[in-house]
Amino acid sequence: MTGLADLTLAEARDGLRSRDFSALELAEAEIGAVEAARGLNAFITETPERALAQAKRSDARLAKGEGLALDGLPLAIKDLFCTEGTLTTAASHILDGFTPRYESTVTAKLWAAGAVMLGKTNLDEFAMGSSSTQSHYGPVENPWRQAGEDRPLVPGGSSGGSAAAVAARAGLGATGTDTGGSIRQPASFCGVVGMKPTYGRCSRFGIVAFASSLDQAGPLARTVRDCAILLGVMAGYDPRDSTSADIEVPDFEAALSGDVRGLKVGIPKEYRIDGMGEEIEKLWRHGIDWLEGAGAETVEISLPHTRYALPCYYILAPAEASANLARYDGVRYGLRVPGDSIDGMYENTRAEGFGQEVKRRVLIGTYVLSAGYYDAYYLKAQRIRTLISRDFTAAFEEADVILTPTTPSAAFAIGEKMDDPIAMYLNDVFTVPASLAGLPGISLPAGLSATGLPLGLQLIGRAFDEETVLRTAGVLEDAAAFDARPGRGGGE
Amino acid sequence: MSLDKATVAKIARLARIKVPDEDLDALAGELSRILDWIEQLNEVDTRDVPPMTHVAAMKLKWRQDEVTGAPPRDDLIANAPEERDGFFCVPKVLE
Repeated sequence: MTGLADLTLAEARDGLRSRDFSALELAEAEIGAVEAARGLNAFITETPERALAQAKRSDARLAKGEGLALDGLPLAIKDLFCTEGTLTTAASHILDGFTPRYESTVTAKLWAAGAVMLGKTNLDEFAMGSSSTQSHYGPVENPWRQAGEDRPLVPGGSSGGSAAAVAARAGLGATGTDTGGSIRQPASFCGVVGMKPTYGRCSRFGIVAFASSLDQAGPLARTVRDCAILLGVMAGYDPRDSTSADIEVPDFEAALSGDVRGLKVGIPKEYRIDGMGEEIEKLWRHGIDWLEGAGAETVEISLPHTRYALPCYYILAPAEASANLARYDGVRYGLRVPGDSIDGMYENTRAEGFGQEVKRRVLIGTYVLSAGYYDAYYLKAQRIRTLISRDFTAAFEEADVILTPTTPSAAFAIGEKMDDPIAMYLNDVFTVPASLAGLPGISLPAGLSATGLPLGLQLIGRAFDEETVLRTAGVLEDAAAFDARPGRGGGE
Repeated sequence: MSLDKATVAKIARLARIKVPDEDLDALAGELSRILDWIEQLNEVDTRDVPPMTHVAAMKLKWRQDEVTGAPPRDDLIANAPEERDGFFCVPKVLE
């Protein structure tokens, strides 16, 4: 049954419902694709037995005409979601052997809707990074290559394993999490669609915490429609996450009307940054033309505090991380490195258990929260976060949705930017502002660079207006007609 | 804002991360570069701007104050690196 792994999630859903193929056949094809893509190191744990068992149960339901929303659809799960009985690592040495006795709310919703788990995907340790090279389990490779070159490229991060898997046709879709761009930036680098919903749309229960005021789960898939389908299942209020929003989940797929006539699309002038590649600028221009061609109106808007978003983020996210990661002490789960006192045991465990970037951020976070510096750094950043949020509120008086590039460049080579943390942080310059404001954002592939690498456009919407974001993304997707395929993968 | 070796050692102790003495200088340089870059926030006038407390400006939910199913002890202790008689086991803290 070659070719099943090439289907979109929506096509596979329809094929299963009309019994063109079985969930078991689809699962077998996807398991084969996961194996074929092993060279990418996109998965930390593969769960083929579980996938086959779930697929058999899906077939039983489908045969009775009782198919669920995602019945029989194989997905890859970022290894930041706790999965009951399946190793959960956050790509960290410090979680060695951790096998949760409970399930995250988002994944529980996916399984309850009949989805099939292919495995757990690789990431930057504790989701801290933009390259998926900062993993205890080794770097993830992007399935794309520059034209005529075989140098391995990063898939972006932190949801790089999920993005690489979906691009390589090893999974119809995947879960990711986004704190400052960790769904949108890897989606852009790997030529797939990735959506971060509004903060509070998806429950954070059972997701290994990085920066709790920013972390949001979201889907990655090969089409906008597929993301809409997945988000509809992942979203919803959960009493176990006090920040999850008790707001009705709309039918996101129904939002894809294809009609953007009269829609006001904001173009933020501050996103024209120095050092932005010419081809990124051109891609953005195409996006504007496509939406205008479909009857939307573009308006220039101003988000004056944009340039402060990244440094603001690099106070707040490490501050929250230093508090969240205090729980890794070698006592209750994971790695323990002995010491001559209990403090010695903590210090040794954390020194050996955390990687370089995680340590760097925990130390920065500890510093900005420490006595005497709290006001100067942490409170200052929280005030600037208010200003950034106000910028968006004002912009959405004039525009219904905002169009920007997702990243300032295409994917870079593994090993580049590794010794310069700030250069690495700049990858997220266009994605961090919406994260700080808690707004929904999507990245979709819209073209290729001169060297043949995918480039993404980002749409940002009002809080809890994922529908407008998805509707606009659907129109852009049709106009861009992106059909390039990566050179390496599992589906071929 | 440049951090010296002693400050980095102090932060590392607060964060309970052992940093070997010979690594302190390099780490101080790295962290100082990040903090220098962050300094640009001081250009922004934030007088009269309230610090953000919640991005969605929503009211936290209330619930009844009642016990709602604590996980069984076996589940809580299942991943412990060392346990004895159903308890977490740690190096001696009291002599």
